[in-house]
Amino acid sequence: MDTIFALATAQGRAGVAVIRISGPDAFDIGMGLVGDLPAPRRTGVRYVRNSAGEVLDEAMVLAFAGPASFTGEDVVELHLHGSIAVVQAILKELSQSTARIADPGEFTRRALDNDKLDLLQVEALGDLISAETEMQRQQAMRMLSGDVSQKIEEWRAQLIRAAALIEATIDFADEDVPVDVSEEVQALLGSVHSDMERNVQGYATAERVRVGFEVAIVGRPNTGKSTLLNNIARREAAITSAQAGTTRDIIEVRMDLNGLPVTILDTAGLRDGADDVESKGIERAVERATAADLRIFIMEPGEDLGIPHLTQDIVVAPMADTRSDNLPSVSGKTGEGVQRLVDDVTAVLSDRVQSAGLVTHERHRRAFVSSVQNLNAASRSVGNGPDYYDIAAEEVRTAIRELEVVIGRVDVENLLGEIFSSFCLGK
Amino acid sequence: MKQFDVIVIGGGHAGCEAAHASARMGASTALVTMKISDLGVMSCNPAIGGLGKGHLVREIDAMDGIMGRVADAAGIQFRLLNRRKGPAVQGPRTQADREIYQAEMREAISNTPNLTVIEAEVTDFIMDGNSVVGITTAKDEQVRGSTVILTTGTFLRGLIHIGDKSYGGGRMGDAAATRLAERIDDFGLPLGRLKTGTPPRLAKQSINWEDLETQEADENASMFSFMSTAPALRQVSCGITHTNEKTHDIIRRNLERSAMYGGHIDGVGPRYCPSIEDKIVRFADKTSHQIFLEPEGLGLETIYPNGISTSLPAEVQEDYVRSIAGLEQAKILQPGYAIEYDYVDPRALNSDLSVRNIGGLYFAGQINGTTGYEEAAAQGLVAGLNAARKAFDQDRAIFRRDNSYIGVMIDDLVTRGVTEPYRMFTSRAEFRLSLRADNADQRLTEFGLALGCVGQDRAAVFGEKQKQLASGRERMNRAEYTPKQISQAGIKINQDGTKRTPFQLLSFPDVTFNDVIALDSDLGDIPSEIQDQLSRDALYANYIARQKNDVERMRKDEKHLIPADFSYETVTGLSSELRGKLEAIRPTDLSQASRIDGMTPAALALILGRMRSMAKKSA
Repeated sequence: MDTIFALATAQGRAGVAVIRISGPDAFDIGMGLVGDLPAPRRTGVRYVRNSAGEVLDEAMVLAFAGPASFTGEDVVELHLHGSIAVVQAILKELSQSTARIADPGEFTRRALDNDKLDLLQVEALGDLISAETEMQRQQAMRMLSGDVSQKIEEWRAQLIRAAALIEATIDFADEDVPVDVSEEVQALLGSVHSDMERNVQGYATAERVRVGFEVAIVGRPNTGKSTLLNNIARREAAITSAQAGTTRDIIEVRMDLNGLPVTILDTAGLRDGADDVESKGIERAVERATAADLRIFIMEPGEDLGIPHLTQDIVVAPMADTRSDNLPSVSGKTGEGVQRLVDDVTAVLSDRVQSAGLVTHERHRRAFVSSVQNLNAASRSVGNGPDYYDIAAEEVRTAIRELEVVIGRVDVENLLGEIFSSFCLGK
Repeated sequence: MKQFDVIVIGGGHAGCEAAHASARMGASTALVTMKISDLGVMSCNPAIGGLGKGHLVREIDAMDGIMGRVADAAGIQFRLLNRRKGPAVQGPRTQADREIYQAEMREAISNTPNLTVIEAEVTDFIMDGNSVVGITTAKDEQVRGSTVILTTGTFLRGLIHIGDKSYGGGRMGDAAATRLAERIDDFGLPLGRLKTGTPPRLAKQSINWEDLETQEADENASMFSFMSTAPALRQVSCGITHTNEKTHDIIRRNLERSAMYGGHIDGVGPRYCPSIEDKIVRFADKTSHQIFLEPEGLGLETIYPNGISTSLPAEVQEDYVRSIAGLEQAKILQPGYAIEYDYVDPRALNSDLSVRNIGGLYFAGQINGTTGYEEAAAQGLVAGLNAARKAFDQDRAIFRRDNSYIGVMIDDLVTRGVTEPYRMFTSRAEFRLSLRADNADQRLTEFGLALGCVGQDRAAVFGEKQKQLASGRERMNRAEYTPKQISQAGIKINQDGTKRTPFQLLSFPDVTFNDVIALDSDLGDIPSEIQDQLSRDALYANYIARQKNDVERMRKDEKHLIPADFSYETVTGLSSELRGKLEAIRPTDLSQASRIDGMTPAALALILGRMRSMAKKSA
């Protein structure tokens, strides 16, 4: 087994840079650089020297003896000053040792191979690393800590129990076993089925938490939409990115709204009789706004903007600063009504997050959906009585296999490439 | 000195089937057994078939093997198990007359061209380098063979236990093969120890049959062989009785006198065939266990009480037996006993059952950690065919998981090894719906014909059946009917606008062949056994189509052949545990590797990656 190393933190100048070394030679190589290593899982400050004995940096050093480490192997971590020159010098020094630079995702792959992580946890780790908001962090952690794997194991165990009951009546028909196990099997299938279905239904929201909610601001031209967006962005949220859309008229601002990842879309003002270019923009605006998770309509009562209006959508009147009526209204210019609007948006989205299921990736959802279908079919066959157990057993077997694909027990080669390639070097 | 193509050591169920298969292939074959009179002896219960096991017998028969025909000739109580369930899980079974079975087997073996039976104890192998090229007998005679098949059953260091007494032996009344065991030690093969047990045999006349329930034979017997039509012998019934609290008390009081609970036995026994001691300890809240009183033959005085195998002392056996209803006066003709024996970890074998590190040597039967006559015979078939092919310098003949229970069993054995005596179950076959007892000929006879082990008679019968099936299937798929036409013919169906052929209609569980005749009366002249077969094929057609993806995925992985000398040392990232397993099992392809216990997708990807980079380098 090779010993591998890589820079585990982002490239470039930073306060701290961490180089990770993993494998059978990790301790020897570490000692070559820093002299004696601190006791496993204790920190120590050491000079890092090259083979000529020159000091390259002063570092905090950590050693982990396998299997009690991230990869399950012996691991040494050098916490260096985040200087490009220092990091380069030490990587160069390492490349002259018996270790080699790690392939993308190789540390994680070793963790997977050594049973430190399962496939779901690997995906969760990817999510966690790219999490930008609190909700995303919590969701990824749920998966990383193994909650989801545990849930699947639970389902799998129940289905195996159901399968075993059926198989016993088949394979031991000439012995002293019950002939009809339908009642207990139905109870097991039913409990897994409803639990699984609930989680599948919560997928849409969970997936939103992972990739972000889209909230569109729509209204007639000159109702203060852009001013409002600027106000929200400045006052309420940390802007995480701002870019012009593919059409010049949709501005997307990604932000953290009380822990929720939200992309606010500022769309073109909706009006008739616009010129060609503007019409195109309006068309796009309608399309994106309709597809968004939530819409903020800035309009006068009774107006029809030609965009379907869903129950939870929010309607406010424009120009709060100049109005005299008591309608709920907002003004980006003075900030009047902005806080209430943000609170409303957060309330609607938080409410939806409550229903988020454990299923967060399309790959899992597909597996669960077909598992649910198999369970339906199994349940129907069991309902027809012991004479149909051959079919029921086949359906349960298929349902179990679908679950196993999610935890990565069977034939998931193709998917591995995809999972591992989404990792940057050193993670 | 005598010279044969194939030498088979052992005349049990594996040995007989192996020798017969080898001889059918045209190889000059010697069957060497300690006692000619013991050919085909049933050491344990006098029955053939059952669930999974019946499938194996059908498959042996589809390859023109002998077990099915002999069982049909000796069967005295044919029953199709799971008759009410779907055809995929139905298993033919019969009680067999022990003496007639042996006589029929002896006759089948002695009438087989190319096959010579030699009565002798084999004590050693003749080696040429690392290859076996013959055997030496206890009388120092040498017999040469291109290949040798070893089928020693429980005779390798066999140790019989009754209570706290134990003595060496391969079966009650027969010596163990201890010298051969020592020779096998020299090969350095991984050995393990297993145990199995058998109940006391009772005298028929001493049982009070009056008040006992009985279990009758089926009215329409389902035969094992595709060549048989009806039982040859009178059909009899079995008696049924039960243990009771008193029985359990006696056993509980004497537990420490049982060989197993007294700590005399190290071997691992099967969970699914527990001794009565085991049943009472493990299922303490059960107040009664069922016992079948199975006649060992039409003219025989012995009864086999199925369900009370034991290793208690003989006098305790008598006590507890006599506490059971109907057995109050029962006379024990032979006490029950447990037997411990050596087996070879089958992961040291290839899929043709050849030993990986020794040239020309094959193992079949209980020596590979299996239990059961049918499992043994099926392995005998595989070893016999392959030893003959090897003697002729031909490729291996491999059975596959998607074409047979034989393939499932061999793959389980060589890939996963055993932790208890391996018995076939239908649930071991992931493609169970297509691997049915009823279609064993459709799955395998073609393969047998290609190998050359199927005789002319069967070839003719099979050819005719295939022709009728093909024509029937074609006629069943010729016309499509609208839901309206279908319901006018009296078949209940959703008016979903989908047109269906009669064959598609048959896949509905409540549609029978008579229903589709109502739709098209011409179909009525399809012969009735062909109608039945088409109905069974149609019933699972949708599921079998779905399984095709799994089969294809497996075949794709099978195409990634792992070179025999592949170095797992050079695969970086493999855990040492998996590396150890891979080196011991040496899977032939990626599909087999994926079935190794504890295998992960990541590890498979690593192996595949390494194979690709090697292929690139050598290209």
